[in-house]
Amino acid sequence: MDINKIRAKTAVVGLAETGCGLAPGWNAMELMATAVYDALDDAGLSIKEVDGLFAATAFHSMAAMSLSEYLGIRPKFADGSNIGGSSFLAHILTAAMALDAGLINVAVVAYGSNQRSAGGFKTISEAMPFEAQYDPRMPVSAYALAAKRYMYEFNASREHLAQVAIAAREWALLNPRAYMHGKGPLTTEEILSARPIVDPLGKLDCCLVTDGAAAIVMTRSDKAKDTKNTPIYLLGAAMEHHHRMISEMPNFTSTSAKDSGKRAFEMAGYKCSDMDTVQLYDAFTINTILFLEDLGFCKKGEGKDLINEIIPGGSLPVNTNGGGLSCVHPGMYGLFVTLEALRQLRNSAGDNVGDRKDGGWIENAKISLAHGNGGVLSSQVTNIWGLEETI
Amino acid sequence: MPEILKDTIGPQKQFHEFLAKGEFKIQRSKVTGEYFFHPRVAFPGTGDRDLEWVEVSGNGVVHSTSCNRRLPEKGGDFNLSIIELDEGPKMMSTVVGIEPDKVEVGDKVKARIVELKGESNIIFDLIKD
Repeated sequence: MDINKIRAKTAVVGLAETGCGLAPGWNAMELMATAVYDALDDAGLSIKEVDGLFAATAFHSMAAMSLSEYLGIRPKFADGSNIGGSSFLAHILTAAMALDAGLINVAVVAYGSNQRSAGGFKTISEAMPFEAQYDPRMPVSAYALAAKRYMYEFNASREHLAQVAIAAREWALLNPRAYMHGKGPLTTEEILSARPIVDPLGKLDCCLVTDGAAAIVMTRSDKAKDTKNTPIYLLGAAMEHHHRMISEMPNFTSTSAKDSGKRAFEMAGYKCSDMDTVQLYDAFTINTILFLEDLGFCKKGEGKDLINEIIPGGSLPVNTNGGGLSCVHPGMYGLFVTLEALRQLRNSAGDNVGDRKDGGWIENAKISLAHGNGGVLSSQVTNIWGLEETI
Repeated sequence: MPEILKDTIGPQKQFHEFLAKGEFKIQRSKVTGEYFFHPRVAFPGTGDRDLEWVEVSGNGVVHSTSCNRRLPEKGGDFNLSIIELDEGPKMMSTVVGIEPDKVEVGDKVKARIVELKGESNIIFDLIKD
């Protein structure tokens, strides 16, 4: 078995997001379809060329089918698998395999949500057996339990968790697209005194609740060179999961990112220190800490001490859009993690992908890591993206 | 004749039926003696179906804990914990008899059977030294 068979065989040639923030008057499908057409415009491709469709939302039980109907296309291959917020990073892996196998020629991966305008956090998750009777407030209760265990095992405090939210906000202040861009910096005191949700997590330890849609367009690498923007190549991709319910998590301070990351790095042929930007699924402050550790950027227990590295100007640019904590979080954040990983590379290559304040774009970025999380620290999917010179 | 599973019940219903009789039982492998929770038709990861239900001690330790904040009119704050049973497996539950935000990781607890959501379920009391 050659695990590198799909390495750099496919690339993203178009991307878009829309309605990131508030989109009252729009439904989730309309936002998602708009993102698809915008991403195709970005790629210079027509909807008529799309023969592979990948989608998941918290609004559609069969998102890939509903979306293809809305777009008026007949995909030769579609995947609407839902493994939570990481679904899209897994769709990217499946799309790469289907493209490489010749089953399809142009793949679109899409997501849309109007949850904020529609009344708040939206889920289609069923009640969990052996948990529901205790009234957990999912997903935040699960992340609180993981955070508490982490604090116990590694002598961490709420102050440590708060540093993650502070860093995310600092990045958001550099990104005019970020929902919290105009809100000013966060302080530890503000975070600790914010309304408690599920101890030890307060309101500012939790992600935003926004609207938003996103889409990317993928082709085989040989075709990617003919499109109008800089192609970003998929160098590595891997996934793993081991539980659905938090009570079944084997180790509350260690996620499957350890395994997805290891295999994604192996496929890419790169290591942590080669990553120019690192985009992690930060639904809660504890996430960033766990994923930095599990992906290998530091040892277990040290993720809590990396504030000086992950803030703007630090040696490890993490969540450079402001993250789910301060940029955008429409419920399933995975495609936005991906968009930021891609945008950083395209900006570095000279494409116009928007404005940032000084320091918001990472200079000479050639490789980005995008890491998705789904469920309750359950499904972990790692993608590694690179410019042509990294192949 | 279509197959009708009329004289048997699944492990989830079995678990609650034992509780209704006052017995806190979980499953273990007859081969390895290893316990697991939650109840399943086979041992997770091995597929071992040679299982038995065994009454457990009800003793456990708080593996992690949280105080879920809730408006007073909706019932007020409550504790949500992960309990590691002395027999090994972990389960979600709630620790009662103490302020919901005063439970600590490492606290020793003892199971008690109560009615929750119309079914017999397990909650835990703090064991006072």
